[in-house]
Amino acid sequence: MPKPSPSSERSSILTAEGVSKVYQMGDVEVHALRGVDVPLYEGELMVLLGPSGSGKSTLLNILGALDVPTAGRVLYRGDDIAGHGERELTRFRRDHVGFVFQFYNLVPSLTARENIALVTEIAENPLDPREALELVGLTERMDHFPAQLSGGEQQRVAIARAVAKQPEILLCDEPTGALDFKTGIRVLEVIDEVNRTLGTTTAVITHHAPIASMADRVVSLSDGRVASDQRNDAKVSPAELTW
Amino acid sequence: MVSVLDRKLLRDLMRLKGQALTIALVVAVGVANYITLRSAWRALGDSKAAYYEEYRFADVFARLKRAPDSVAEQLGEVSGVASVYPRIVEEVLLPIGGILTPAQGQIVSLPSHGRPPMNDVYVKSGRFPEPGRGNEVLIYEPFAREHELRPGSTVPAILNGKLHELIVVGLALSPEYVFAIEPGGITSDDERFAPMWMSGTSVAAAFQMEGAFNDVVIRLEPGADESAVIIAIDRILEPYGGLGAYGRNLQVSNSILEGEIAQIEAEVVFLPGAFLAVAAFLLNVVFSRMVTMQRGQIAVIKAVGYESSTIAMHYVKMVCIIVLFGSAIGVALGAWLADAMLDLYAGFFRLPMTRGRLDLPVAINAVIASLLAAVAGIAFAIRSAVTLPPAEAMRPPSPARYRASPIEQVPGLRRLHQTTMMVFREIWRRPLRTLLSSAGIAFALAIIILGRFGKDAHGPILDLQFGRQQREDISVIFKNEVEDRSLGYLAHLPGVDQVDGYRMTPVRFRLGPRWRDSVLIGLPPDSHLRRLFTRQFQPARIPHSGVLLTDVLANILGAEPGDMIDVELKEGDRGTRQLRVSGTIDEAFGIQGYMQKSSLHELLREKPTINTALLRVNPGREAELHAYLTDIPTVQSIHRKRTILEKFEGQTRKTMQVITLILTLFATAIAVAVVYNNARVSLSVRSRDLATLRVLGFTRAEISAILLGEQAIQVCLGIPVGMALGTWGVKALVELQADPEQFRLPMLISSQTYAFSVVVVLAAAVLSALLVRRRLDTLDLIGVLKTRE
Repeated sequence: MPKPSPSSERSSILTAEGVSKVYQMGDVEVHALRGVDVPLYEGELMVLLGPSGSGKSTLLNILGALDVPTAGRVLYRGDDIAGHGERELTRFRRDHVGFVFQFYNLVPSLTARENIALVTEIAENPLDPREALELVGLTERMDHFPAQLSGGEQQRVAIARAVAKQPEILLCDEPTGALDFKTGIRVLEVIDEVNRTLGTTTAVITHHAPIASMADRVVSLSDGRVASDQRNDAKVSPAELTW
Repeated sequence: MVSVLDRKLLRDLMRLKGQALTIALVVAVGVANYITLRSAWRALGDSKAAYYEEYRFADVFARLKRAPDSVAEQLGEVSGVASVYPRIVEEVLLPIGGILTPAQGQIVSLPSHGRPPMNDVYVKSGRFPEPGRGNEVLIYEPFAREHELRPGSTVPAILNGKLHELIVVGLALSPEYVFAIEPGGITSDDERFAPMWMSGTSVAAAFQMEGAFNDVVIRLEPGADESAVIIAIDRILEPYGGLGAYGRNLQVSNSILEGEIAQIEAEVVFLPGAFLAVAAFLLNVVFSRMVTMQRGQIAVIKAVGYESSTIAMHYVKMVCIIVLFGSAIGVALGAWLADAMLDLYAGFFRLPMTRGRLDLPVAINAVIASLLAAVAGIAFAIRSAVTLPPAEAMRPPSPARYRASPIEQVPGLRRLHQTTMMVFREIWRRPLRTLLSSAGIAFALAIIILGRFGKDAHGPILDLQFGRQQREDISVIFKNEVEDRSLGYLAHLPGVDQVDGYRMTPVRFRLGPRWRDSVLIGLPPDSHLRRLFTRQFQPARIPHSGVLLTDVLANILGAEPGDMIDVELKEGDRGTRQLRVSGTIDEAFGIQGYMQKSSLHELLREKPTINTALLRVNPGREAELHAYLTDIPTVQSIHRKRTILEKFEGQTRKTMQVITLILTLFATAIAVAVVYNNARVSLSVRSRDLATLRVLGFTRAEISAILLGEQAIQVCLGIPVGMALGTWGVKALVELQADPEQFRLPMLISSQTYAFSVVVVLAAAVLSALLVRRRLDTLDLIGVLKTRE
């Protein structure tokens, strides 16, 4: 098994430490995670790779405070959030985390700009919704409702929504899973740009190995365990990806 | 063997149980309502018809001073008259033990042989008086029950100024006293009013009426012209002091009974229909959502070869189960409520009630109507399910299209919160659903207002009538007019603090072809104990000249201020005089004309007299005073205001409490069903949005506000509409009152009633919202991220 590369020169912002997750499915216990240690370093773009069922979504959910581990700790700047209550977890998500989902999850009754305003209204130090849309190149579509946007456009709006509150951490769960190749690349470009220009620590989940080439770091999960954790020194831009 | 589809049906129903139950309850209330009203309507109507038929209730009635028996034969010759029954009817005082003021008896003569040919007496126990036994009477059963009289008991009675001990030989009822109300009374009072039947020869002997009669009842031939007969009879009775004949419509007992039956008939169409409409609407909301959710399932069922009709039947069966479940509760509840309602009526209307346990055809109609309403309610949902091609149904439905709602264009509201905007756009996307939901809430609120209105209006009008208008403690009515100086005598009786008196005379008011028999009241200008007020609580004055008419009477006559009307006197020289209508007054009770007492004496060409004395008394000496008053031979009846008031209040309070309770429960069922089902469907539609918002960092309270905001707006829209609807309903009710000539309620709804109705609806809404709110806590935040809508 390849050894994780030392990353002590950069401080970790969010760390999973010995995290296990067991689901009770009827009479069967499903071990989704079995003692995972994954740090997320400030400013990096990490790709979390693994086949379906490997536990990568569970890990992302736990890192994003959507779920709590059965055992282990989740440290946000040294503070263990795993033991926090519902209210604090909501607060944590609200203040520090941006989410991008496979199926965009835009609110259908709000326009592109309003979907972003939804988040900026409750954020401490948000971007202007228009600025966020500029970032994803969709200013001209800002008054369209989701039903009037293509899948790729919807996902870019979702990314704009996620970054508009200037979160420290951006978590993307299969952001290109529902998109064709060309559109997927466009979306990845936006994620890459956000990571570079805003310096947002970003984790992208995918089962698509080629995407790993755009990451600073690649963590592979298999059967609930970390299979590898490697720095990617040959980082390429999303436009150069092929699959 | 239960088919697979049926198994799915049962499981779907189990999943829907909260919604199915609340809708079933609305159906139950509708069915119960229909059965209650319809059964009461039928029982009252059928009992009345059977009773009138069997006991030969008369068609035309007339009272007069005195006519020889031979006049009856003349009456029989009038064209259209089938038979004539002359009688003697006399008012007597019953100074019975246990009550302060003497009770009022009304003695009706019985023929010397056999049963009365008309207005026969229903003897519930005991027997008819035997001819020749002078003191034997049949007495009104409810009065007997109040005073624990039974065959063999004796009753003291003052007949023509002489005290007699009457022997009760039987307890009886009669079609002319179904609702027994003493002359001049405002409600039935079993303790104080007793119709009695006595052998004709004894009555004639006691009142010196041998060979004469003072009351006549008449049966008409089929198809006879009632008004023509009445005119002919009036002409014949005119020289004998006829007070004006009238038909069944003006016979007090009958008009009150028929008024009540007509009122139920009006309600039986409107009330249950509204409940069923609410149920149908809610089924539409719930089933439309279910069909959308089950698109995939429907597609698969179709793809494997099931017929569209099988799928349609599947949903029809489901709705039938809900409706039949609700109907079963409704039928049981209705049977029970119908019984309770008839029990309540039995306390007012004394007639042999024909009532079964449950009116089966009525119940079947109610169930069929509910099924039809429900199937109509889900027709669109089913249609969209069966017309969907399987391939298309496999795909998820196209995303909902939203538009900016007009409210966002309002300046100042442009900068609404996104979450508020979500609420408005959801409403704007389905404006009809919002409107209908609000209508349901409005209806719930309106029926509470309608239920409590009687209570609101009675209190103030009784205060007005018995506090400010009738300021006496006791009123004494004399058989004939007495000179004004009798007031001086009354003033010296023990306990009397203040006296006043007025003159009342029966007249026929006439303007052109229109006429109405009523009374003319002459009040002294400085009357302390009797003042006039309008139904709007404004004091009114009697003009110096001319006559002031109750506006209902003016309407009957078509008279307006300034018109000259004819007043045909029914005493003295019985002449016809002309009077100028100097104004109208909108009063709560009765129809009459008022004038200055001195002017009335001029009109009657008599010296100053009174026939009603009003006394203010020292409560400590009331018993002593009554002993004196009962001894005055010219006294016809004595009325103690407090007793009348307590009786009336007691009766109305009990009825009102029951009605308020029942209607409040009904309204709650509607409000809960509307809010709960809408919120549940809304939750189902939007759980994905809401879960997304939770992931984005919105708190539970914030997403609850989005989900329930929509319900809150529907409720908030419904409240003012419901208040307006209730107010309008009350207005309609006031106008459609059972007997507007007797008693008119003012259009009055207290702020407590408005507040109460709002509180009930809000409480029901909040409770239902909280039930749904709990589900937000278990929203699947992770699942929603992984699935496409």
